[in-house]
Amino acid sequence: MGNEKIITSRRKFLKTATALAGATIGYAWLKSSQILLFAAKPKDESLPWYGIVIDIQKCIGCGNCAKACKNENDVPLEPFYFRTWVEQYTIKNDGSVNIVSPNGGIDGFKQMAPNEDIFKSFFVPKMCNHCSKSPCTQVCPVGATFESPEGVVLIDEKYCIGCRYCVQACPYGCRFIHPVKKVANKCTLCYHRLKKGLAPACMETCPTGARMCGNLRDKNSELVKFLKEHTTMILRPHLNTGSKLYYNALSSEVR
Amino acid sequence: MKFYIPPQIPRLALAFAVFISLFLILRHFLIPETFGEYGHYRGASLIDNTRPEIHYAGQQACFKCHQDIEDKKAQDVHSDIHCETCHGPGEKHVISSKAGDILKPSGRVFCGSCHIINAGKQKSTINQIDLDKHNVGKNCIDCHNPHQPWEMKK
Repeated sequence: MGNEKIITSRRKFLKTATALAGATIGYAWLKSSQILLFAAKPKDESLPWYGIVIDIQKCIGCGNCAKACKNENDVPLEPFYFRTWVEQYTIKNDGSVNIVSPNGGIDGFKQMAPNEDIFKSFFVPKMCNHCSKSPCTQVCPVGATFESPEGVVLIDEKYCIGCRYCVQACPYGCRFIHPVKKVANKCTLCYHRLKKGLAPACMETCPTGARMCGNLRDKNSELVKFLKEHTTMILRPHLNTGSKLYYNALSSEVR
Repeated sequence: MKFYIPPQIPRLALAFAVFISLFLILRHFLIPETFGEYGHYRGASLIDNTRPEIHYAGQQACFKCHQDIEDKKAQDVHSDIHCETCHGPGEKHVISSKAGDILKPSGRVFCGSCHIINAGKQKSTINQIDLDKHNVGKNCIDCHNPHQPWEMKK
């Protein structure tokens, strides 16, 4: 009687073990062939991995970048939606911080206060940070926004349903709904230009060379050289967005 | 001992099989072709994103014809400024070679968009002027050659 019990429990054990092993093998097979999951493939090392540097000390707030971006990417001038824009920060002697961005800086800036009242003042160009752990791509319900193998955050305009979820998710306010196309729109780092070997429009037209983009994998690139020689900061590091837009001489007042 | 299968099990199994195969068939037609090629997105969208036409040709395209301006510009402080910063998008002009397809900006306000005095600008980066005081009533290019700003016209 006892013997039989042992035999049945052994049979049960063998059955369970075989089932588990089979399930594991099946899962591994499904996963490797990506039938169930669209798991991200390992990053292609042969492609560039783009990063951006903005040197605040060099920016003169002329608004050429914002203008050029609108021309290049067919973003209507009005209403004022921007893929890139410029802000002027004015910190007065009493400690108050004033941030202005009239028309995104396209028409230039007027000094906020007389020189003697100003503790310091500077321009901050803003654009998509092309985060490597981007909050905006994670929330897309249809997989219409993604990080390209080159580390550029792009939008699939044919697939976007215009739900505005990504617009809310971006902590840097870099997305908007295109007033004509009615789908999400954002800086693509001029992906169409990069692929042709040209610099992005904002960097092409920056008169002082305050903006730079390049390959973070290439240790001899201008960009990596700049990052080595300067102390740079990203915006909102506490949010762990993996931002690849590095600011030189960034003040703590910048949000 | 004979293994006993209750009659509802095969029926349930059949129902499951039907639903699962329906799901797989629908899924096959609903998911775009290149979805999941590189990640959770349409792989073909990468190509779509390279499709937009360029409007800024890049200054190398300018110098193919305007070699003289390149030489002129190289001698002065505007050497690092690319042509299209002032002249606007130039791809149309590169294709057509018509003078009407490119901007020829002038005027105090235009030059002032960079050179107007503002506390936010570093003095070492740019020469700034007060438009209300500096030779009021004159156009900048009356005296300065925009390609060679310190080569003063007389």
